[in-house]
Amino acid sequence: MTRISLTVDGAKVADDVEPRMLLVQYLRERLGKTGTVVGCDTSNCGACTVHLDGTSVKSCNVLAVQADGCEVTTIEGLAQDGELHPVQEAFRECHGLQCGFCTPGMIMQSVALLKDNPNPSEEEIRLGLEGNLCRCTGYHNIVKAVQHACGASTGSTNQTAGVTA
Amino acid sequence: MIPAQFDYLAPTTVDEALAALAEHGDDAKILAGGQSLLPVLRMRLNAPEMVIDLNKIPELRGVRDDGDHLVIGAMTRHSDIATDPQVGEHAALLQKAVHHLADEQIRHRGTFGGALAHADPAGDMGAPALALGCEFVIAGRDGVRNVAADDFFVDLFETAIGEDEILTAVRVPKHTGWGAHYEKFVRVAHQWPIVAVAAAVKVDGGTITEARVGLTNMGSTPLRARAVEDALRGQPATEDAVRDAAARAAEGANPPSDLNGDAEYRAHLATVLTRRAVLTASGV
Repeated sequence: MTRISLTVDGAKVADDVEPRMLLVQYLRERLGKTGTVVGCDTSNCGACTVHLDGTSVKSCNVLAVQADGCEVTTIEGLAQDGELHPVQEAFRECHGLQCGFCTPGMIMQSVALLKDNPNPSEEEIRLGLEGNLCRCTGYHNIVKAVQHACGASTGSTNQTAGVTA
Repeated sequence: MIPAQFDYLAPTTVDEALAALAEHGDDAKILAGGQSLLPVLRMRLNAPEMVIDLNKIPELRGVRDDGDHLVIGAMTRHSDIATDPQVGEHAALLQKAVHHLADEQIRHRGTFGGALAHADPAGDMGAPALALGCEFVIAGRDGVRNVAADDFFVDLFETAIGEDEILTAVRVPKHTGWGAHYEKFVRVAHQWPIVAVAAAVKVDGGTITEARVGLTNMGSTPLRARAVEDALRGQPATEDAVRDAAARAAEGANPPSDLNGDAEYRAHLATVLTRRAVLTASGV
């Protein structure tokens, strides 16, 4: 067992964990943060994406012990004071989900993408979400949601470029 | 899927890491970014008794200028390479290639040195590092040695790094003002290339004065396409001249055959991708 201390969604936590425990397991099974899901379990699908010290990672591909001393944000930590994060709001507004399984990862990666590039082109959005798979193939509305979110976050009324459907 | 049990150490200096490695020998595995190692552990293709994590060693991270070289710490993340202005100015080929490596999340976590030490012949950083003639700085209990790019990649997943050694940095000769391009052919998003070509080209007054071309997934290691490099030298940077030179891309290569394509197909692909990579790098 190894002692770890970290901050998850703003709360300080400390635990003894086996070194082999994956970060996603720790979040789900120890902390009950089941908003972060396990999709492929092979680091392909991105459903388990969380932020580790401000950058997006696949939490099935990081050990819990490696998050020692770090700050982790999951989909459950995005909403503030009962208000959805603008990207969450945009996914709802644009129907950026079908079955919803990939949504936590899509939203966490979209937030990371917009942090690095607040006004991405459609191509940049698609490339930025390359590591997130939607098994419903509902990509068009996901891209629209990200475009909607950056329009909203910049206060622009100009809905970015037509999406080729 | 959960890895088999292992013990875990996160040393804070290279010396501590080397001491741990010496103590545990064959039973230990070095963890860099973990983006290749963790899937391997989860699928239980490997079950080390000890995992030595380099993530808490700050001296292994970052890019610095060292005269005619850049020195890139082995634990520098791919996403740092992607945005580092020094890399963009002096080793643009690395930056062109890294944008094609896996996906954003993997690039945030994966490291330059980890990818090179893993030595997957289908990995995206090997061919550019080889093409640029990088030197690999390898630390052991007896000190530090530099290994030339041509001697670093030994075989499939095998490098010149000894069992008791750690790759600490990569010295990249500056290629300031060279054009660069990485042309990757892949069937599915964020996957390994079926074949990819890394090209850095120096063009002077419309003439290619020097060219460096690396091949990904055309053998058990990354390869230099030296026949192409020789054929390009002194040629005009034109479509015809580049096509003729690129026709020699697969000379000396030994590409694999698998579900994505047989060796003959890959050999053809290499010539096409080399033409595209060199032309784009030449600004044609």
